[in-house]
Parts: sequence; structure tokens; C-alpha cells
Amino acid sequence: MEKNFEPKIVGIFCNWCTYAAADLAGVSRMQYAPNLRIVRVMCSGRIHPEFILWAFKNGADGVLIGGCHPGDCHYIEGNYKNLRRYLLLKKLISQFGIEEERLRLEWISASEADKLVKVVNEFAETLKKLGPLSLKEKLPEYAKKEV
Amino acid sequence: MAEKPKIALYWCASCGGCEEAVVDLAEDILTVVEKVDIVFWPVALDFKREDVEKMKDGEILATFINGAVRLSEQEDMVKLLRRKSKLIIAFGACAHMGGVPGLANAQTKEKIFEYYYHTGPIVVNPEKNKPSPDFAKNKGFELPEFYKDVRALDQVIDVDYYIPGCAPPPNIVKNAVLTLLSGNLPPKGKVLASDRSLCYDCPLNETKPDEGIKIKEIKRYYEPEKVDPEKCLLLQGLPCLGPVTRGGCDALCIKGNMPCTGCFGPLDGVKDYGAAALSYIASIIDSNDEKEINEILEKGIPDPIGLFYMYSLPKSLLFKKLIKEE
Repeated sequence: MEKNFEPKIVGIFCNWCTYAAADLAGVSRMQYAPNLRIVRVMCSGRIHPEFILWAFKNGADGVLIGGCHPGDCHYIEGNYKNLRRYLLLKKLISQFGIEEERLRLEWISASEADKLVKVVNEFAETLKKLGPLSLKEKLPEYAKKEV
Repeated sequence: MAEKPKIALYWCASCGGCEEAVVDLAEDILTVVEKVDIVFWPVALDFKREDVEKMKDGEILATFINGAVRLSEQEDMVKLLRRKSKLIIAFGACAHMGGVPGLANAQTKEKIFEYYYHTGPIVVNPEKNKPSPDFAKNKGFELPEFYKDVRALDQVIDVDYYIPGCAPPPNIVKNAVLTLLSGNLPPKGKVLASDRSLCYDCPLNETKPDEGIKIKEIKRYYEPEKVDPEKCLLLQGLPCLGPVTRGGCDALCIKGNMPCTGCFGPLDGVKDYGAAALSYIASIIDSNDEKEINEILEKGIPDPIGLFYMYSLPKSLLFKKLIKEE
């Protein structure tokens, strides 16, 4: 494994809670691991498992899903739908040979910038230990093409 | 009289069910034969590879290929047929998406050989021989190479149209053939079946409650006689994949008390059939508690790849199981 491996984390955050927390962390000038790339969606219930598989295929070493705390969803129960998909998707990716730890779900409210910082730092550490996923490089040429 | 258009049929890694599906056209096959010349069909007619090689490039109007691609021989043949044909039609779920043979991508070639030629319960092979081109050469015969992965047809050659199904039902085959012969060709890459999901065609769709479907238990399919044929199978807890599967099959399985397993593949615009199926099955589970959800999943879906990618593993985003390098 390369020594200075910096994992790529794709964070898919809901507009109302976790994205706002990331915003707060930013304006409060909190320091955290620079490995995170954030994608904003309106609700964690919008996160189709396809997005996550696509991210893994195209170079993500880990995917972090952020949503509102249970009961706090702006759209009443989008985060519960996301929770069920996440639990099933974890089973699926481990069957595909991808470590379950590469997919992480956290409930982070708009005021919990410190929790976001902690989670991202922790996750980056976990991924550094796991090493690069480099899924696309491991696939043969004919499997890289997409529909 | 003008010469009739030529068509060819070929099979790769398939079970033979798709050939059966052609024969299932019954008397309608006569309408087809009236209009075309079948110039190559290994399962039924005595034409050889040489006969195809002699043809001019593009001489065949359309070639229907069923089965996934795993052997070097299959790859050679489909590449040859691609050159000789104007249109290539992937016929059936295996050519379309990899099909059931595609599930072998969840295993390594080595493991499969190990079981089938060494450790399997009915195998006697004390010399531990394994079939390979080299092994065959030493014994004085030829064997094709067995590739590492199973591929769908369009991962090997350019494909013009797809006829879905495992096997494609007669009405789908008939309509597809007539469309191709009419000369009024649909846009390239089209799947020649319905553009809407199976639920639109399903006779049980009316029994679906207005407030949506919620299930507390995902049942595994053992006892067809215990299924109520008058009630949506999802409401009965059976993981029917109809809502995310392309329609056009007239809900044949559901009429036989059997949940849809997704042989027609995804609707247009879906990149990964299994992800769509997973997403929707997860969203109808009636629980918001992590522990309870896990219990339901543990009991109901012990094998997610087997359920969600039964016919489409090679066409999925992840393509195959990731094997750790030692």
C-alpha cells in the first residue's frame, strides 16, 4: 500500500441538516480532513443506491451519507427510507467484496458542526487503514463502459 | 422476385430456452419463414462456420444471438457474425444483461473449476486435470479458452437491439421480428418490449391499496399453493420485482403465482437494475427501527446479489465480485 495514501470521500448530505452543519463548520473555520467532497441533495431519502455504487466505481474510497436525526426529517420520513436502503446496501456491497466500513451513515443536525468534523476525521482514518479501493482500475476494460 | 432478406441465429452461454422460444412461435414461425431465409442456425440447420465466412460483409440482414459470452469460441463467432450482419439483436436475458450465467461473476473462475472438476460430489478426477486449450492440445483436440468473466453481448460487440426475457415470450419475439422486417426501424439500442413497468400490465395491480404497500416480513418463495392468486404478491410479503422491471411479458409469472424476478431488466434510464430493485424493496419495509429492519433483512434477503441481480450482474455498475489481491 502506498504510504501517503489520501482517501477520496464522497459525502452526500441533505440540504436541511448535514449540509448546513458542513456550512457551519466552514464559517466557524473548523479544521477537518480535506478528503471530503460534498454533494448536496434535498433529502437523504433522495439518495438512490445507484449514486453510491457509481461513486465507488468511479474512484471513491468511501461514501459518507449525512441526514437529519430520526424524527427531524424536513420531509417527515425521508431519512428512514434512507436508513433502510443503507442497511440493505451494506449487505450488498459486502457481498460484492467491498468492506462495509467504506459506507457510513451519520445523523448530523444543522448545529452539530463539531460532530461533522469528528465523523469526517474518523472516517478518513478508517479509510487510510483500509487502503485504496481503486475499483475502476481493477475492472477489465469491457466492464468500465456504462449504459 | 427479389431475394428474401437473410437472417441468422446463434447461441452462446445459454440454456437453450431461447431456441425453444423461437420454436414457441408455433404456426407464426411460418409467417416469418415466408418472408426470410434462415442462413445459419446451429441448433436446427446444418450450416457451418465456413458458410458464414463465405458470405459478404453485411450480407445478413439480422442476426439473433442468445446467451452470455464466456468462451473464446463464442467471442470469435459473435465478432464474425457482427461483420456479416447489418443488425445484431441480443435475444433473451443472457445476451441482454448476462442472465443467470452472469451470476458466475460472483465467483472466480478458479473456484468454479475447483468445484466442477475436483471437489464436487459426483466428480472422480484423481489426476486433477482441468480443461484448458493447452491440456487439449497435448491430447490432440481443441478446446476454447474459458475467460475470467462472463460478459453480456454488448460488452463484446456492438448491439443494435435487445429482445428481453428469460426466455422471451412468443408475442415479444413475433412483434420484434415484424418490426425489423417492416423496415421502419426504432432508434438504435432500443429494448423491443413495453416502455412501462410490469405493474401496468399486472392483473393484480388493482388490489394495491391507495396508501401504498408496507410489509413487515419478506417471505422467501417456497410454497406456491399458499399464495393468494387474487392479491398483489408484494402485499403478501413476496419480493416481486415488477415495479422496477420492464413490462411486456403479460405478467406470465404472476399469473402462475410466482413473483417477478426481473428477467426483462430495467426501464430506460436506469443504470443499475439491482440498485433500483434494492431501493424500492427497502423503501416498502414497514419499520423505522434499525434493529428491526436488520432482522427483517437478515431473514428475508440472505442473498442480495441473487435476488437483485439474478439476470443482470455483468451489466451492473460493479460488474463482478471484487477479489482481494494476495
